[in-house]
Amino acid sequence: MMTTTKGPVEGYQQVAPTVTRDGDVATIDAHGVYYRQLNEAIRAAFADGVKTVRLKGVNGQRYIGNAISGSDLRIEIEGVPGGDMAMFMNGPTVMTSGNAQDGVANTMNAGTVHIHGDAGDVLGYGMRGGRVFVKGDVGYRVGIHMKAFENLVPVICCGGNARAFFGEYMAGGLLVLLGRNVQFADQPLVGPFCGSGMHGGTIFLRGEVEAHEVGKECGIFIADEDDMKVLRPVVEEWCAAFGDDAEEILATPFTKLVPVSHRPYGKLYAPM
Amino acid sequence: MPATFIQPEFKVDIDRDKCIKCGRCVQQCGWGVYSFSERPIPDDSKCRACHRCVTYCPVHCITIKKNELVFRENDNWSPALRKAVWRQSETGGVMLTSMGNDKPYQRIFDSLVLDACQVTNPSIDPLREPMELKTFIGRKPDSVEVESDDKGGYRLKPGAGMTNNIGLATPIMFGGMSYGSVSLNVHKSLAMAASRLGITMNTGEGGLHADLYPYTDNVIVQCASGRFGINPDYLNRGVGIEIKVGQGAKPGIGGHLPGEKINKEVSTTRMIPQGTDAISPAPHHDIYSIEDLRQLIYALKEASGYKPVGVKIAAVHNVAAIASGIVRAGADYVYLDGFKGGTGAAPQIIRDHIGIPIEIAIAVVDQRLRDEGIRNQASIIAAGSIRSSADMAKAIALGADAVAIGSAALIALGCHMCQSCHTGCCSWGLTTQKPELTRRLDPEWGAERLTNLVHAWSHELQEILGALGVNAVESLRGSRERLRAVGLDAQTCEILGVKPAGL
Amino acid sequence: MTAYDYHANGSLFEPARYTQESPFKIHGGCGLMGICDESGTRFSGSVAIEAIAVQRDRGNGLGGGFAGYGIYPEFPDHFAFHMMYHDAKAKDEAEAVLERFFQVDLAEPMPTRPVKGITDAPLLWRYFLQPQPVKLADLEMTPEDYVVHVVMLVNSTVDGAFVASSGKNMGAFKGVGYPEEIGHYFQLEEYEGHTWVGHNRFPTNTPGWWGGAHPFTLLDWSIVHNGEISSYGINSRYLETFGYKCTLGTDTEVAAYLFDLLLRRHKLPLELACKALAPPLWEQIERMPEEERKLMTSLRAVYGPAMLNGPFAIVLGFNGGMVALNDRIKLRPLIAARKGDILTVASEESAIRQIMPDPDALWAPKAGEPVIARIRGMEWPIHGDLHLPPSEISCAVTGVLDSCEPAEVA
Repeated sequence: MMTTTKGPVEGYQQVAPTVTRDGDVATIDAHGVYYRQLNEAIRAAFADGVKTVRLKGVNGQRYIGNAISGSDLRIEIEGVPGGDMAMFMNGPTVMTSGNAQDGVANTMNAGTVHIHGDAGDVLGYGMRGGRVFVKGDVGYRVGIHMKAFENLVPVICCGGNARAFFGEYMAGGLLVLLGRNVQFADQPLVGPFCGSGMHGGTIFLRGEVEAHEVGKECGIFIADEDDMKVLRPVVEEWCAAFGDDAEEILATPFTKLVPVSHRPYGKLYAPM
Repeated sequence: MPATFIQPEFKVDIDRDKCIKCGRCVQQCGWGVYSFSERPIPDDSKCRACHRCVTYCPVHCITIKKNELVFRENDNWSPALRKAVWRQSETGGVMLTSMGNDKPYQRIFDSLVLDACQVTNPSIDPLREPMELKTFIGRKPDSVEVESDDKGGYRLKPGAGMTNNIGLATPIMFGGMSYGSVSLNVHKSLAMAASRLGITMNTGEGGLHADLYPYTDNVIVQCASGRFGINPDYLNRGVGIEIKVGQGAKPGIGGHLPGEKINKEVSTTRMIPQGTDAISPAPHHDIYSIEDLRQLIYALKEASGYKPVGVKIAAVHNVAAIASGIVRAGADYVYLDGFKGGTGAAPQIIRDHIGIPIEIAIAVVDQRLRDEGIRNQASIIAAGSIRSSADMAKAIALGADAVAIGSAALIALGCHMCQSCHTGCCSWGLTTQKPELTRRLDPEWGAERLTNLVHAWSHELQEILGALGVNAVESLRGSRERLRAVGLDAQTCEILGVKPAGL
Repeated sequence: MTAYDYHANGSLFEPARYTQESPFKIHGGCGLMGICDESGTRFSGSVAIEAIAVQRDRGNGLGGGFAGYGIYPEFPDHFAFHMMYHDAKAKDEAEAVLERFFQVDLAEPMPTRPVKGITDAPLLWRYFLQPQPVKLADLEMTPEDYVVHVVMLVNSTVDGAFVASSGKNMGAFKGVGYPEEIGHYFQLEEYEGHTWVGHNRFPTNTPGWWGGAHPFTLLDWSIVHNGEISSYGINSRYLETFGYKCTLGTDTEVAAYLFDLLLRRHKLPLELACKALAPPLWEQIERMPEEERKLMTSLRAVYGPAMLNGPFAIVLGFNGGMVALNDRIKLRPLIAARKGDILTVASEESAIRQIMPDPDALWAPKAGEPVIARIRGMEWPIHGDLHLPPSEISCAVTGVLDSCEPAEVA
């Protein structure tokens, strides 16, 4: 973006992006294109029979993959996507080349997200299905109020550390933290208030936590053989996505957090 | 020590001479007040004065009396406060209650009166002349841009004109009540009535049950902090999406659905374990600042093909500035819920002490948006104890585009305001999930009752408009000149923008 | 100043007032950025504009602004006042005050260029001032306290005048419009500074009040702030006991004054000032080693009314560097990056990548922990002489060990 004395700098331009089609792959030049036009182009490409959309030069555009349905669809992002990527998404696969910002997979229903870098805060808020794999660290309030029902079970697997409120108010699903690709080795694996308000689902942490770091609703256990059977496919898929050794990771002990009551607030209220 | 110091509030009085010992009362009471041993034996401590037994007794031999237990008078320590301390000492719990604020705060609507035309301006006869109530909810453009249609006339320029508005046949909507807090039959009654009336109902935060799919042209779906039931399919049904930030009964905290009301079906729609307490998080965890609200509004627009998106907030001190921010964030309507609004369950302390009156909220929000020149960018919906068509007319005169009703709709369906919704044992089958109770509400009957209520209020509004000498509700909307205050202090009058009677 | 000011038509709002934005605390959400070259090398303001422009959706076009440091190398020791005037009368009155207290070595209109969409700008002037030595001696104040006194005086008593900035060799450029428009309006590409902060505002009040945009400044402190300070009510009352007048109805005002109070007047080390404003939770303090626990307990107890509660991300700029801080449970986004000597912070990673596509390091700062940039060769102004006797430090936190290394003064 060049400064010009002709007029104020424009962060994005509200113009349709250039789209090049090659069979069922479309490449879209996202440099400086406003999110509305970019997402319209993505939806139009899919409506037109494209199966894979490659976005070049993304920097901060919001809502990429928002509410798109179709498990045979794919979005490949080169650059840093903006907030709420894959929000309400319902089936496709989204890959980023590097970091993502806040709100990834917000209320996501189905699909797969691979982030080849770190992700920000509020990842997977209200997530109801699908899988998110992050290579590195994640921020605050990851996996808040994830929920599951029958075959819709959301899974989040992060390769690095997480900050406070990991899995807050979890109602279902699977949340995994590996502490493998961490940016700051001196930070704890997970921040305080992990699993605060948890009443469903399972959290697996590769390492140990102390009681004061987790919510009082969580029971702390060492993952046993049956637990590892549940964990294995998730770790294997994460390793396949980012090139790592599943056996090595699975050989170390994991802590399992599950709610000790599914009614943690049962005694909180006195009906009048 | 006895289990409780709290004596029953009511006394069940059965006229034994008339009682035919049919046992109907035993079967009808949702709280198990009656046991039967040769004759019905009531346990007064369980009675909520819901009048189900009174209504259904075939010989009308039951009445409910107040327990005239005398407390030593104390203006400061009312009996209610003493009971509250006893209850909390027993349980260590936060007191949970239902429906709206029942404390003796000033009722501002009752201090406002409407004008009528006499001599200098004619009133209009609503029975025989057109009296228009049609209302559009949503963003209006600043002006109407036209071009020539090459036939000597005009048409709208492409992209100009009003789009994405929700049309209402009358300025009344059914406010959000979640599936879970109310039964599916209540939702069906509301949906069917909304469809017949040409207005809308609101799913509340519990998701949209499949049985309501035929009515989605009259449904607004809600996106609350628990994100229950929200997937792309949900967002693409209905005529609009409402982000619930707060409600009048419990400003600043999230929804409460006690575990008693989470049966299998509710659990499915909400995707949470059966029997848990569904306490929605207080904030949306992706809205911590006004720009985050804009991000969510546009995320929902992108997901739904740019449907109208509204924001529901509780009326609080800074409501004018908040509403302005909401409009500037891209919302198509602002739903203001006053502090007397109802609820299926709320901590009593929050319900009774937090929030401001809806009359004030409408006035300051309407004025602020006008001061900023953005009043046309969003509609204002007022709720939080709209009890009659008079309240509705006054709310519209203060500046609301439409009103929403919740408690009034439930009362139409049989609610007697016993304030026990949170127990999940509603004898009328409304705020419960127990199948033996929910089947008591026939949705066809319910739809008819609601349709009758809204028709009645609409006709009354037409009578009021006729008396005011206008034949379209647009001419009352925001016209504070047609209101006067009786018995309000000068400062409140200034805030409302209403003159005292006489001026 | 009356609590309410009624229009003839009964509305509470008076958009044209320049001394008071509104009778109520007005909040807006936002986007922000900060950039500092620790080698002291100066660069064009266009860099700050580019980073903010990518965050356009975080604002609503009703406020934008920047502060630059090192931009007036020809006047290194003068206090550079950037003034806004509603009309000529306000200008005359304000100038009378300035002339009473200062030696005015240069007064000129701010250079601007016309920008579509920026209408009804106030009169914008700048002055290069030195306190009048006799008056300064008479009042027995430090030059800084003197300047603060005059700034408070102008803001609260001259109707229609507002001091946008009052520091040495720095200036704030702000107004009603998108920040990229404001930057273009003030020709910021022509200025060169070693530190820039920028802000995109989303206010919830009527436009027309240029003073309400960020950065908010006092002396050479400038603050850009994203979030809402829910504790504003008590923060402002606490500050008033120290002589600060909170007249502007924006919550950011208290953040600026609190930093001035804690850092300049109470001389707290920077890390502790941040801990006073964004303190650790009591349960975290319980688990600290004894000395640290006693210190934190005193700090929290004494500075309870100063705690900034509510979501916030703040960037504080000053001559010597820049500090970025989050609230203690990080409810607002903030990302930092470094390349060589340059440290950048912003609300979104994309803003950083726009100006620094290939950083050496990029990270998310932790809640309540400051990110600090220090310019080599400049005096670190954050705390004064630590050898002052306890009676001269007006807070209970005495005997505190300095945990910063002293700056190397060239």
